[in-house]
Amino acid sequence: MRLDRELACKDIVELVTAYLEDALAPADRERFEEHLVFCDGCDRYLEQMRVTIGATRLVEVGELPPELEERLLETFRGWRAS
Amino acid sequence: MHQLLSPEDARLVEGLRAGDEAAFAALMREYGAGMLRVAQMFVSSRAVAEEVVQEAWIGVLKGIGRFEGRSSLKTWLFRIVANTAKTRGVRESRSIPFSALGEAEGEPSVDPDRFLGSGERFPGHWAAPPQSWAPEGELLGQETLGVIERAIEQLPPAQRAVITLRDVQGFTSEEVCNALDLTETNQRVLLHRARSKVRSALEEYMR
Repeated sequence: MRLDRELACKDIVELVTAYLEDALAPADRERFEEHLVFCDGCDRYLEQMRVTIGATRLVEVGELPPELEERLLETFRGWRAS
Repeated sequence: MHQLLSPEDARLVEGLRAGDEAAFAALMREYGAGMLRVAQMFVSSRAVAEEVVQEAWIGVLKGIGRFEGRSSLKTWLFRIVANTAKTRGVRESRSIPFSALGEAEGEPSVDPDRFLGSGERFPGHWAAPPQSWAPEGELLGQETLGVIERAIEQLPPAQRAVITLRDVQGFTSEEVCNALDLTETNQRVLLHRARSKVRSALEEYMR
């Protein structure tokens, strides 16, 4: 990804995932990081995105509804018996 | 055969082939909910998505004998459910492959009113910057996780599926791109929208 303007905060918030995924071109990565040096708002925003990602990792995967689980187990038993 | 499979995957594959219900149940509990979310990207109703998941598992069981471990077991599972759902979506004549992406275009990550307008001295800079949050230790209670869960549930289907695989289940971006047949850019756009909305739900909750 290459950017051709000076980065405003409004741009930074759109680039956070690209930054974290290391998908910015080296020059853009540098500009992104330079912006953070003088901008507390964006620095905090980036930190909050990191916290968000870390907290999301702690969310339980979630269960299937019991009747679907039962149906899938039946499917499995049917397959095994065939 | 399985030189590329992790020992854990190899064990599960052997279990499935041998008809071990515990292996099947373990996979279903680990990935079933994620598979349902992937199915919902491509079909119109929850009921049809559940049928897709069932159909996909039938495909998994039929195919497991021939599974060669060229991809990880989970990537293979999710490819099967995505393909099953796409086929079903086409039959439903639902316009997909990737109108779903349309759900992510042109949406700002942060409310534009929080930035200074073009008439200001520093246009595009924060007018209302983010406020600091409670320390992380306090943040990570059940209640906060509930806020995150609800925010994810409310996302459009493709964003919900991508954040579920990446951030809840811990897939790499490569795994998600392979499983869902997404380009890296599209995957990143969907993930970014999803994460931005979850952050914003947390911000709302912290206020």
